[in-house]
Amino acid sequence: MGTSVAYHLSKMGWKDIVLLEQGRLAAGTTRFCAGIVSTARHASIELKMADYSNKLYQQLEQETGVKTGYMKTGSVSLAQTQDRLISLKRIASSLNVMGIPCEIITPKQVAQLHPLINIHDLVGAMYVPEDALVSSANVSLALATAASRNGVQIHERTSVSHVSVQKGRVTGVETDRGQIQCQYFVNCAGQWAYELGHSGEEPVNIPLHACEHFYLLTHPLKEPLASNLPTIVDPDGRIYIRNWQGGILSGGFEKNPKPLFTEGRNQLEIQNLQEDWDHFEPLLSALLRRMPDLETLQIMQLVNCPESFTPDMRCIMGESPTVRGYFVLAGMNSAGISYGGGAGKYLAEWMVNGYPSENVWPLDLKRFGTLQSSRTFLRHRVMEVMPLMCDLKVPRWDFQTGRQLRTSPLYDRLDAQGARWMEKHGFERVKYFVPPGKDLLDLDQSKTFYKPDWFDIVGSEVKCCKEAVCVIDMSSFTKFEISSTGDQALESLQYLFSNDLDVPVGHVVHTGMLNEKGGYENDCSIARLSKRSFFMISPTDQQVHCWAWLKNRLPDDSNLTMEDVTWKYTALNLIGPRAVDVLSELSYAPITPEHFPSLFCKEMSVGYANGIRVMSITHTGEPGFMLYIPIEYALHVYNEVMNMGQKYGIRNAGYYALRSLRIEKFFAFWGQDLDAFTTPMECGREFQVKLEKGMQFVGQEALLEQKQNGVYKRFTMFILEDHDTDTDLWPWWGEPIFRNGRYVGKTTSSAYSYTLERHVCLGFVQHFDEQTGEELVVTTDFINQGEYEINIAGQRFQAKAKLYPFSSLFAHRRRKDEVELSGYQRE
Amino acid sequence: MTHRHPVVPWVEQSTQVRTSTVNLMFSIENKRHFRYAPQKKFAALYRPKENFNHFIHARDYASTPQRFYLTPPQVNSILKANEYSFKVPEFDGKNISSVLGFDSNQLPANAPIEDRRSAATCLQTRGMLLGVFDGHAGCACAQAVSERLFYYIAVSLLPHETLLEIENAVESGRALLPILQWHKHPNDYFSKEASKLYFNSLRTYWQELIDLNSGETTDVKEALINAFKRLDNDISLEAQVGDPNSFLNYLVLRVAFSGATACVAHVDGIDLHIANTGDSRAMLGVQEEDGSWSAVNLSYDHNAQNEHEVERVKMEHPKSEEKSLVKQDRLLGLLMPFRAFGDVKFKWSIELQKRVVESGPDQLNDNEYTKFIPPNYHTPPYLTAEPEVIHHKLRPQDKFLVLATDGLWETMHRQDVARIVGEYLTGVHHQQPIAVGGYKVTLGQMHGLLTERRARISSVFEDQNAATHLIRHAVGNNEFGTVDHERLSKMLSLPEELARMYRDDITIIVVQFNSHVIGACQNEEL
Repeated sequence: MGTSVAYHLSKMGWKDIVLLEQGRLAAGTTRFCAGIVSTARHASIELKMADYSNKLYQQLEQETGVKTGYMKTGSVSLAQTQDRLISLKRIASSLNVMGIPCEIITPKQVAQLHPLINIHDLVGAMYVPEDALVSSANVSLALATAASRNGVQIHERTSVSHVSVQKGRVTGVETDRGQIQCQYFVNCAGQWAYELGHSGEEPVNIPLHACEHFYLLTHPLKEPLASNLPTIVDPDGRIYIRNWQGGILSGGFEKNPKPLFTEGRNQLEIQNLQEDWDHFEPLLSALLRRMPDLETLQIMQLVNCPESFTPDMRCIMGESPTVRGYFVLAGMNSAGISYGGGAGKYLAEWMVNGYPSENVWPLDLKRFGTLQSSRTFLRHRVMEVMPLMCDLKVPRWDFQTGRQLRTSPLYDRLDAQGARWMEKHGFERVKYFVPPGKDLLDLDQSKTFYKPDWFDIVGSEVKCCKEAVCVIDMSSFTKFEISSTGDQALESLQYLFSNDLDVPVGHVVHTGMLNEKGGYENDCSIARLSKRSFFMISPTDQQVHCWAWLKNRLPDDSNLTMEDVTWKYTALNLIGPRAVDVLSELSYAPITPEHFPSLFCKEMSVGYANGIRVMSITHTGEPGFMLYIPIEYALHVYNEVMNMGQKYGIRNAGYYALRSLRIEKFFAFWGQDLDAFTTPMECGREFQVKLEKGMQFVGQEALLEQKQNGVYKRFTMFILEDHDTDTDLWPWWGEPIFRNGRYVGKTTSSAYSYTLERHVCLGFVQHFDEQTGEELVVTTDFINQGEYEINIAGQRFQAKAKLYPFSSLFAHRRRKDEVELSGYQRE
Repeated sequence: MTHRHPVVPWVEQSTQVRTSTVNLMFSIENKRHFRYAPQKKFAALYRPKENFNHFIHARDYASTPQRFYLTPPQVNSILKANEYSFKVPEFDGKNISSVLGFDSNQLPANAPIEDRRSAATCLQTRGMLLGVFDGHAGCACAQAVSERLFYYIAVSLLPHETLLEIENAVESGRALLPILQWHKHPNDYFSKEASKLYFNSLRTYWQELIDLNSGETTDVKEALINAFKRLDNDISLEAQVGDPNSFLNYLVLRVAFSGATACVAHVDGIDLHIANTGDSRAMLGVQEEDGSWSAVNLSYDHNAQNEHEVERVKMEHPKSEEKSLVKQDRLLGLLMPFRAFGDVKFKWSIELQKRVVESGPDQLNDNEYTKFIPPNYHTPPYLTAEPEVIHHKLRPQDKFLVLATDGLWETMHRQDVARIVGEYLTGVHHQQPIAVGGYKVTLGQMHGLLTERRARISSVFEDQNAATHLIRHAVGNNEFGTVDHERLSKMLSLPEELARMYRDDITIIVVQFNSHVIGACQNEEL
């Protein structure tokens, strides 16, 4: 990993790079890596990294003269079940639109591709002919050779004891062979990255944990296997099989992984890293079932090489939120060779340009905070994550370990009322409430690509939001308070946010926190509490990223303070036409639309409790209020709301209902639809940008340019036309969009709209020139004059494109003036 | 013969089933079974004839041979019926006891079972007491000893001041300091009726201890010996004195005329004392540096196989009796253990025996056995309850202690016991790993080997209790030293009147030690 970063940095023109390796280059996990380059990945950023790696390795031998053992063999992923085949088809459709050849094949075709394979239990497979095999150690050496030709110094047998930090910046590195001064440091220590991150005075949390990983090497077959035979991945059997020197190399991801180095590097554990045949037995059984003829093949070795895993199965890259200049690239979840090239490139771009050329938020170190760095948490989570590498990934699955870490004070109350939970950034959030007497399928059975078992439950919650009133606990939101003695707060925020924040006290403003290119770093609501203080609400997983972003950009002024008050408030979303009636009964403050219009914020008393921040927003486009309640009042206010709400038909609701509401209202949400590469102009939010607010703000120039020249992608809403909710596959996100039969983009989120009784997908439409493939400006006419189709796992459904949400025709709305023109929402 | 205590309920339900079961008995061809066949403590006297009638009678019905097996869950429910586990609680995350806990279990062959077990923590002194008791000629004596012996030991260990405090409390009717905390299985009962009687005898004992106050600190070995002898003495005295209550009178006589061996462990820090009377056995499981297991005996069997015992008995009696003392490996040709509680027939003079039996209740008089005087009975007593005490300083490699009645030891070698328990307690992780090394192994061969190993491991995991696991092996082991379910099923489906011919009652306690605490204690002592 280190060699890849050094290679790319040096290629991008950086000088004075030192690569430190505690042992020998390419001697750690790299040496033992199975060497499979596979582009069959679920997440699009991972797919891009793997694709780049593949292309890089292919020409590396020519570039450096070092033999990399690159062999284009292709790979075949097998499906033993229909569900697995659906999963493969989803991957295949994203590979195809990226221009990576890939096809779904029948079991018979599998048999033609590989002579040894037993196909009687297969329903199909996916063939990716461009996938390759390499010798990972040699790739690493090749990269190192190229890097050192570009001037990178490489020191082997040098271990870093700690990184020196001054004023929140990296200043140097202490090694066992002396000190090195530097401005940038990249931690590519693999499974030791956590420890190294914690060795300095200023700890950097890199949440990963090692597990033992086993694979088998055999002697050659009597008739040695051809070196161009495709690699076989049998996820239902939890194994992969590649040809290796005439024999095979086969490993897998067992159900009962063995985590290690929980308490740090441990000589005893290193010594105990031996072959464990009993542990390997299920994988060996799967191997012999897949290739029964291998019975007579002689064993050479069972290799035990630890791999590091992360809490969400995605690798970790980026800059530390606490130490500037401290970069990380680690936690490859056993796909080091597939990602290595691409990940090194993105990180190098990040360091040189300040940002990578792709949206890497799903891999950003800042998606984690200190809360994911408990060793117990990591140990338990990786034991779940490693088996998941092979498990079926269906929409809306949740991790089962490391739960109930952050909870609302109402957790027990909601749980007792049938709440089913999901987790975001360690926070437990309600998906929906199972009514008494109704049983849902158990966890394993409820995994489906089709209509889920909670369909009617969420439907009735949505209905209640539309017709009466519901309560949703939304305490997980990140909440900051920014205040100053003078006008510093206003001035700084005006610079950092695109909308005009110089509004009268008591107003709430939806605004983006943009980067220089006008892309969304964060999307939030800011309430002006007083002339000099602001209350900022952002998505749950923004806690670390947004804090670091603001900290680095706010002036170093002791009169300006920023505080993370996330834990101080419980947030209840009172949503629905009768919300106003419930709240009126609980407070003497007038809250009729005349006194309390939309996008307003007021501190008032609710029940006996005083100092409740009530805002007339719901993040869904429905009428209602957000109540920000100091936590000690949470139970009281909840009880009062539920008691008083009874006569208005109040009930609890969860995030699934919320999502359905916001998607049918065409609300984009950050982290799902919006990212650092999306500008307000591209998602119809020009009205949230005040280009003429009288002062400069971050991203202004880029937006001005877009305003003049037009946008190259456009956030669009699609209504599925010929889709049968009961029998067809449901859309999730990442489905390719076709306009007049040509690929134009991908969906970013989807939900069933109970009002429209149709599926709604949100996504971005691009305009590629038919001849050159060049990106062209996307106009409203371009969007409107097209026939659209959405490809769900290979099956295309007609869709109607819309650039504006449905008007009040569909939504039953009591107060017309209360519509939020737009908002944001997070899942 | 009544069936109040069916060993195998499924077998007892109908004649049909019984028939097939018995039939199955004949299908057990393996002569090996008969090696352990009825080793009755009183072989000649005690074989109940009516059992044989049943046996032959049943055989007549055996016209349609049916195979009858207990399913694995049925086998488990039999094996687990009496299992008990105790874990010593930790304090502030640190376990200050050298004992982690113990597992115990018993499998009856007699109906009712004649074995007993006890476990208790001493509350006024430090230490934990554990014991197994093997009764013969009924269970009365074993029951009494299992209830009473630990109190005698605990009292013997108490310092003078505590004894005074207890006596004062009794005197003034105040609440008594608790002496023992028992760890009992629900099936382990105490006799309510006799508690008053037992208490009075115990009180007399501590009163004497108070009077005798030597001022010296109590030596555990001495305390154990005193307690054993004193209790046996009290059993004998209570029978001679009798009791106005006819039930109790009969009870004390049954206790005295039946017998029991005892093997008791006292663990306090790294000091382990084993007091043994009779042919139950204590064995220490030691893990060698290479991880293998070996057994260290901590008791000597008191029977004819022990030369020192034979020598001792001969020394205690005139030369003229030398020939008649031990016949057919039995004391006076009758009794297998050479030391035991109760058994006043081998302790009292002929006159005393006759007097007590004649003045005793009718039930006693009707019993052929009690009236029978052993042959060549010239210079009683021939039998003693005095234990042999072995002191052992625990070392970190001493991982566990097995106390078990002879029912276990006659089916299994101690080396096997050490290995089976050791591997069970350390779990599969320490099972000898497979290494391919330079050998030529094919994938198929390896797969076969692993599947077989996994099958073996899964049978290990059926047991949550080391004692149960050991019983499973003792009863079900085949020639290869692995548990054979078919054999286990056959052995457990024997009707109760036959069971005793194939095996003895088995009672096992497995005590697990805390090596960390032992290591720390050792360092302190150094």
